[in-house]
Amino acid sequence: MNHPTEAVDPNRAAAPEAIVPEPQNTTPCTTSDPVIVVRDATATLGARPVLRGVDLTVRRGEVVALLGANGSGKSTAVRSVIGQVPLTGGTVELFGTPLRRFRDWARVGYVPQRTTAAGGVPATIREVVSSGRLSRTRLGLPRKADRAAVDRAIALVGLADRAKDSVDALSGGQHQRVLIARALASEPELLIMDEPMAGVDLASQEILAETLREQVALGTTVLLVLHELGPLEPLIDRAVVLRDGCVMHDGPPPKALGQHALPGHDHVHPHAASEPVRTGLLS
Amino acid sequence: MEFLTPPFMQRALIAAVLVGVIAPAVGIYLVQRRQALMGDGIGHIAMTGVGLGFLLSTSPVWMATAVAVVGAVTMELIRWYGRTRGDIALAMLFYGGMAGGVLLINLSDTGSNANLTSYLFGSLSTVSSEDITAIAVLAAFVLLVTVGLRRQLFAVSQDEEFARVTGLPVRVLNLLIAVTAAVTVTVAMRVVGLLLVSALMVVPVAAAQQITRSFKVTFVLSVVTGVAVTLAGTITSYYQDVPPGATIVLLAIGVFIALTLLAAPLARIRARRRETADERCTLEVPATRPAADDAPVRPV
Repeated sequence: MNHPTEAVDPNRAAAPEAIVPEPQNTTPCTTSDPVIVVRDATATLGARPVLRGVDLTVRRGEVVALLGANGSGKSTAVRSVIGQVPLTGGTVELFGTPLRRFRDWARVGYVPQRTTAAGGVPATIREVVSSGRLSRTRLGLPRKADRAAVDRAIALVGLADRAKDSVDALSGGQHQRVLIARALASEPELLIMDEPMAGVDLASQEILAETLREQVALGTTVLLVLHELGPLEPLIDRAVVLRDGCVMHDGPPPKALGQHALPGHDHVHPHAASEPVRTGLLS
Repeated sequence: MEFLTPPFMQRALIAAVLVGVIAPAVGIYLVQRRQALMGDGIGHIAMTGVGLGFLLSTSPVWMATAVAVVGAVTMELIRWYGRTRGDIALAMLFYGGMAGGVLLINLSDTGSNANLTSYLFGSLSTVSSEDITAIAVLAAFVLLVTVGLRRQLFAVSQDEEFARVTGLPVRVLNLLIAVTAAVTVTVAMRVVGLLLVSALMVVPVAAAQQITRSFKVTFVLSVVTGVAVTLAGTITSYYQDVPPGATIVLLAIGVFIALTLLAAPLARIRARRRETADERCTLEVPATRPAADDAPVRPV
């Protein structure tokens, strides 16, 4: 599984500085057209306040990373944007419409934090990705264009040859790619992703980063929760850092976190020992 | 084909086929949501409906349908709101329903525990032509929902949160599954009985998914299994003096065991086919080393 990545990794480990200074080469200039506006959002889980007055604006074409430690409220913040966590105060607007009245869900592609996306019954990659298209077909029948969009989404994440395989037979990273294809099936203008890189092998990380790069180049707006910037760092226009349910930083990706999250500092070290080139550099 | 001659047998076979089709068709969504025992719960609740039917001297089938639908909707509401101790609330519903049924049927003039037994374990030979009409109408409703809305119900049962973000009417669809399951339970009540109805919803699905990889094939195969075992069980009970409900369920479990045994060699064949495609992963070490890198190369 890891073989293809060995081709990529030595370059990244040898010259991390070369990657950092060109963060915005593909993103179009941001306009003042806000896609997501969160104002003074508060939310509680049980009695514990999870969000304590969060402000967050994402403009069209922007790629915004929501960073923070475990329990800082980043997942809750993102889930409140799509209405899956009720706010106790504050407002959320999507595409200029208050969340309560927002119905145009085909414009939003959502990638949940990977849990058990496999149900109790076998399902193929194609069947799972097709359900992402329901935001356009709703209760109607899928047409030719809908099937084509599903095929395109599966091809985008590099799983075209496995479309008829059961999702149970996939690795964690491949599973994540299926969830992203499902979000892309509706051809959304806004992608919301909750920890898309968590537990994903390096081969899949590269494919995910490439997929995302293509979407951003096409003008898709992205809001994603990340534990660390990792291979997505060059794509990110702005980072919002949460701590204890408050925004601590809103601007360019912070230095400390950036260094911490460089590819060389990857938390997954699948072939540190078996990589002859890297051992040579260290010794 | 002698078993086709008596009219009671013709009615029994029609009822058996309809139940064989609709029970797995609903059951597959329950299994997908990991609520395989929901049918059992609805069966218990329907007991109160049967008892009420006897007490009020109305049709026990329609009364059971009404009570089962109310019970299934209540269970769905508990799932939404009562997150904390949902299992306790469900236990109350199940056992309350069962106890209510026994109490009510003994209060009525016409009912007795003997009548109750025919609902608990089914009584195919007493299916009347009016029953057939009712079963056919209800089965048509169930099929319309489970086949017509299969894409939407699949999405809701696979990942409820994602389905909500696609803008699907998730609550309505959940209620629809609950109501459809309740209707199926009362339809199947005559064939396999309330205590065994859940088996016919779950076991064919469990059997089919031993060897399938897609939802679509699982759906078709579990319906085929459902029809095969209900037909075989009904015919067996005509020639041998055995209760049809129990025979049907045991046959379904037999199919499950057979397909489980078949699954291991089948998985091996599929794995081998995939391996031959993936086998050639060559080590690319020399080609991918950066030109400027002077690191000593160790023999691989």
